[in-house]
Amino acid sequence: MGFQMKEFLDFTFTWREVLIAALTTTILMAVLAQLLGVVLGLLAALGGRSRNMVIKGVSGLYVWFFRGTPVLVQIVLLYYGLPSLLGFDPFPKQYGNLPELIGGAFLAATLALGINEGAYMSEIIRAGILSVDSGQAEAAKSLGMTPGKTMSRIILPQALRVIVPPLGNEFNNMLKTTSLASVVGVTELLLLAENRFGGTFRPFEPLIGICVYYLLLTTLWGLVQGRLEKKLGAGLNRNEEAGFWARLLTTSRGAPHSGGVR
Amino acid sequence: MTGHQHATDVAIGHDLLDAAGGAPTGSSEVVVDAQHVDKWFGKLHVLQDVSLQVKRQEVVVVLGPSGSGKTTFIRCVNHLEKIQGGRIFVNGHLIGYRDVAGKLIEDKEANIAKQRQEIGMVFQRFNLFPHKTALENIIEAPTQVRGMSKDEALEVGNALLQRVGLAAKADSYPAQLSGGQQQRVAIARALAMKPALMLFDEPTSALDPEMIGEVLEVMKELAREGMTMIVVTHEMGFAREVADRVVMMDEGRVIEEGTPEHFFNNPTEERTKTFLAKIL
Repeated sequence: MGFQMKEFLDFTFTWREVLIAALTTTILMAVLAQLLGVVLGLLAALGGRSRNMVIKGVSGLYVWFFRGTPVLVQIVLLYYGLPSLLGFDPFPKQYGNLPELIGGAFLAATLALGINEGAYMSEIIRAGILSVDSGQAEAAKSLGMTPGKTMSRIILPQALRVIVPPLGNEFNNMLKTTSLASVVGVTELLLLAENRFGGTFRPFEPLIGICVYYLLLTTLWGLVQGRLEKKLGAGLNRNEEAGFWARLLTTSRGAPHSGGVR
Repeated sequence: MTGHQHATDVAIGHDLLDAAGGAPTGSSEVVVDAQHVDKWFGKLHVLQDVSLQVKRQEVVVVLGPSGSGKTTFIRCVNHLEKIQGGRIFVNGHLIGYRDVAGKLIEDKEANIAKQRQEIGMVFQRFNLFPHKTALENIIEAPTQVRGMSKDEALEVGNALLQRVGLAAKADSYPAQLSGGQQQRVAIARALAMKPALMLFDEPTSALDPEMIGEVLEVMKELAREGMTMIVVTHEMGFAREVADRVVMMDEGRVIEEGTPEHFFNNPTEERTKTFLAKIL
């Protein structure tokens, strides 16, 4: 009964190997999955604008499927479903000499999170591209720039301004969504807490303890994001950018979706 | 180059074309040859059998009421718009299409991009790249498209900025420049590709009145140096003073064509007279 301060402090602030490993796993998984999501999202967004109907169709199908099914199902589908489909296990406990931290469950969860994220990023990037004035592409074309150069040098850099705020929200989300990986046995923060109270039968203290870490991570990210957005505003005379504290205190900044598990 | 009243803050007097690395050589060869161009926007027949030839070093001003197709026409010249009939040649090259047994098949993007390198365009709304400084705007295409070294491009870019009177603004972003300054940078940006032809799409229509002069002055200088130009504008003073030929369009057709003297003093077409009466 009651809140045991000693257990909370002990779990949260005793700097030990399992805690460091769980923190590393959470951060690494979030970063890798987000990077994969950005790459896949960019491909899907560009694919969706392609004149080639096959590429366009595949991009549409990808976004439709991964936005339309739960990410938890996708993680489980990849980790348990894929081996039974393939007839061998692409997700063993450990890969050769790689650290155990980067095992099969970690890989499966990261891939699933990243592939899921790509579907959302595709919509964000698409909206960013559409936000750039059509005169920009015309000016680039009139200078003899190819469609590829026009996109990479003129359109995308300007689209970034529109893409980065929701991208920041996505990564904030990703930091927390990694907790789903606990269901396939990835020892990230949530499973670390669960392991703890499995022995102590005191779930409240470690769970609040990992909330401290999630808050720390999302708060730090908020700082980084603020700087990033300021930098992207160069030359655009937009002085109304919300500061860090304003951002922290407002909930969602126009992301196409917000919050938790989808 | 005298005889004109100069706009206040534009210090011209050097060759715009020299800044870009040399003027096209003068001769009477045809640069633009538009033959029987037809274009529809859906059911609207916006260009109807439009034919126009522009010779090297010639300045052609296209006039006409809004909706007459003049802007659409020059956008077809660098294939920003597709055409459904006729042919447009620039320096002898069929623009935007391959002629396959008399049928127009749209060319590959890479080939069209190559053709556009020779055709500069200045837009009504400037369309400078807002994430790049004035100088970066100018060197973008020479370095990325022509493969010019950055040092060389910077040299060309700075020289061009000097020529349009904006040497001090090299590091300014478009949002920090006035409309007139932005348009002058846009002209310099187009010139940096050393085009054989410049298209101007109502270059002063989006400007505050006090900035129109500085842009027209740059264009006049360019014309004097022998640039081949097609200019869509409502600036009658510019047409009268600079144009070698004035073309009047209405309802998608060229209805009258002639020297400024003919055009402004005794136009033959009734619609031209009505238009001029409204605008002068």
